[in-house]
Amino acid sequence: MTDTTTEVVATRAAHEEPLVSVRDLTKHFPIMKGLLRRQVGAVRAVDGVSFDIYRGETLGLVGESGSGKSTTGRALLELDSPTSGSVKFDGLELTTMSNSQVRSLRPRMQMVFQNPHASLNPRMTVASIVGEPLSEHKAVTNSSERGDRINELLTMVGLRPAHANRYPHEFSGGQRQRIGIARAIALSPDFIVCDEPIAALDVSIQAQVVNLLERLQNQLSLAYLFISHDMSMVRHIADRVAVMYLGRIVELAPVDVLYEQPTHPYTRALHSAVPVPDPKLEASRGRVILEGDIPSPAHPPPGCPFHTRCPVARANCAHDVPEWRELKPGHWVACHFADESGW
Amino acid sequence: MNPDEVVLEVDDLRTEFFTHDGTVHAVNGVSFSLRPGEFLGVVGESGSGKSVTMMSLLKLIPMPPGEIVSGTAMFDDIDLLATDDTTLRSVRGGKIGFIFQDPMTSLNPVLTVGYQIAESVRLHTEAGKKEALDRAEELLTLVGLPDARDRLKSYPHELSGGMRQRVMIAIALACSPRVIIADEPTTALDVTVQAQIIEIMRGLRERFNTAVIWITHDLGVIAGLADRVLVMYGGQIVEEAHVDELYSQPTHPYTQGLLQSLPRLDQQGQELTSIPGQPPSLFEPPSGCSFAPRCPHVFNRCLEENPSLVEVGARHRVACWWDTVEGKAR
Ligand SMILES: Nc1ncnc2c1ncn2[C@@H]1O[C@H](COP(=O)(O)OP(=O)(O)O)[C@@H](O)[C@H]1O
Ligand SMILES: Nc1ncnc2c1ncn2[C@@H]1O[C@H](COP(=O)(O)OP(=O)(O)O)[C@@H](O)[C@H]1O
Ligand SMILES: [Mg+2]
Ligand SMILES: [Mg+2]
Repeated sequence: MTDTTTEVVATRAAHEEPLVSVRDLTKHFPIMKGLLRRQVGAVRAVDGVSFDIYRGETLGLVGESGSGKSTTGRALLELDSPTSGSVKFDGLELTTMSNSQVRSLRPRMQMVFQNPHASLNPRMTVASIVGEPLSEHKAVTNSSERGDRINELLTMVGLRPAHANRYPHEFSGGQRQRIGIARAIALSPDFIVCDEPIAALDVSIQAQVVNLLERLQNQLSLAYLFISHDMSMVRHIADRVAVMYLGRIVELAPVDVLYEQPTHPYTRALHSAVPVPDPKLEASRGRVILEGDIPSPAHPPPGCPFHTRCPVARANCAHDVPEWRELKPGHWVACHFADESGW
Repeated sequence: MNPDEVVLEVDDLRTEFFTHDGTVHAVNGVSFSLRPGEFLGVVGESGSGKSVTMMSLLKLIPMPPGEIVSGTAMFDDIDLLATDDTTLRSVRGGKIGFIFQDPMTSLNPVLTVGYQIAESVRLHTEAGKKEALDRAEELLTLVGLPDARDRLKSYPHELSGGMRQRVMIAIALACSPRVIIADEPTTALDVTVQAQIIEIMRGLRERFNTAVIWITHDLGVIAGLADRVLVMYGGQIVEEAHVDELYSQPTHPYTQGLLQSLPRLDQQGQELTSIPGQPPSLFEPPSGCSFAPRCPHVFNRCLEENPSLVEVGARHRVACWWDTVEGKAR
């Protein structure tokens, strides 16, 4: 991305209504114990996140496992109802809607899952998997129209109409992911949550699927929330990127800013931890090695959630929760010392 | 390091699995050598035969259905594939240590980690109980576990994934092995924890003269670790080179395709270069080159004859009928 596109992304907020707008979203899972199943605590899987997604853009969501990425994706699609907070889709508040109202919006917001094996019914043919949303939402009037649309969808994702009568197990991982994508785009959505769509695929197949997602985005003006722990793939596909740690977003910025001028110590540590496929660069680059493990979201540390592992934490980080603030237009961060450079 | 000295020499290893669905030709004639203290990376996508190759060396594959149908693996003048079970048992966990992706498959859940490390020390050395426990503490400190003395009393389930993997490294190191085989040891870990483990391995390399075979599907992980890299595809080695040369001058079309399919900064905004098609089925023995159906340079000979590794530079070997450097058939 060039400087000018970075500016475009940054100033978009001032001019355009976001397609998806999330504010202070939380999702806590109760921890039950004993015979009476009393609640003894809560897993704070998502603990107050706010962000916008614009039409046709890709927001990358990165972070280590357990940081709350999938829960965020599911909560904002109302697949799991959030504990608190607001989710607006095209200006409509989802969290207070009835189930049938949410259902009527379903065609416009879809999900692609990590494991194409588990998310496709093994007893259904490809045609019935891809055609199911068409029938459910009465998007086609008769069976010949349905067949045509299924063929069109299969072609769009790089499969052949001849594949329609086969079963998922007859396909490789990459092809199954294409089937899942065909199903997700069947009703011409505006928005798709892609939850680790390439994580289960081999390296040589990942590029095929990412190219497909990008091609479809251009054709259909789709917006994506692209959830991934693969930092270099996110850099390739995303326009803006949010970094999650222990249920919070700690930094959000246009992709170039996030990768070249990250200000949160966790973002920097993540960049440093990702090995690059270049022996010369690997030999010469400096490293920030974090100590210890990610704390449990059932007992997040007080103050800044990252302070227990932060290489530059100071005394107040253990008590004061850093404010989520806009450092520069479009560049958000939650760190007390984000504006001090050179640590 | 004497350039001609070799600690492990594998020749024409073939392993098959006889299953209900047919014979899986998992390893199809793998040959390589390992020098003392060398760090050898093994890359390839899932199913390419990385694990079965290395597990075959110590007969760690289930037999049946598995069978090692040919090959030799010379380690210290003994052929691991032909030797008796007693010798093999003393080599396993003694002179050759193994680290798996999931430490829980090798750790005993009802024994403390201190006991398990000490046992490994005692099994392969003369050390007494007290001495072995001291050694266990020393090893845990070495792999960067804080409060090693207290940690000796921990059970595996009380530790995080990263800490368990450190315990596995400690166990592997317990008998000062000559070779450690690590099979995707960081694949299940988070990237910041993976970085810790890689840092530990980097440090250990410099302290010990242990050779390491590190299996991974991530071309990033071994770029900063390995001296030399083997690339596997369809149960065969298709390229072998010094790490710098492999990344700067990949010669096999598969290696080239793999490296090109990674997102690159100077190609931001462009389509990624992908390798078309799917990995091969292993139910048939390779007749031609197993990469031929996906290869941009394929010609008749590739479909008829399986290429063997030929030298194209100093310790740089490639199995391909097409000379990608000269742009002509070999
Ligand atoms: N249904 C659930 N019940 C209880 N805990 C859950 C549930 N789903 C997720 N969690 C917990 O919430 C946290 C965040 O999980 P998740 O959103 O899956 O993280 P990520 O996708 O970033 O790996 C984890 O600690 C996970 O164990
Ligand atoms: N116990 C087994 N029974 C049948 N096939 C097996 C068994 N173990 C491995 N294989 C097959 O051998 C091939 C190579 O597997 P593996 O060495 O595990 O690949 P990699 O480690 O490169 O991912 C695969 O096709 C796999 O399915
Ligand atoms: Mg997830
Ligand atoms: Mg394996």
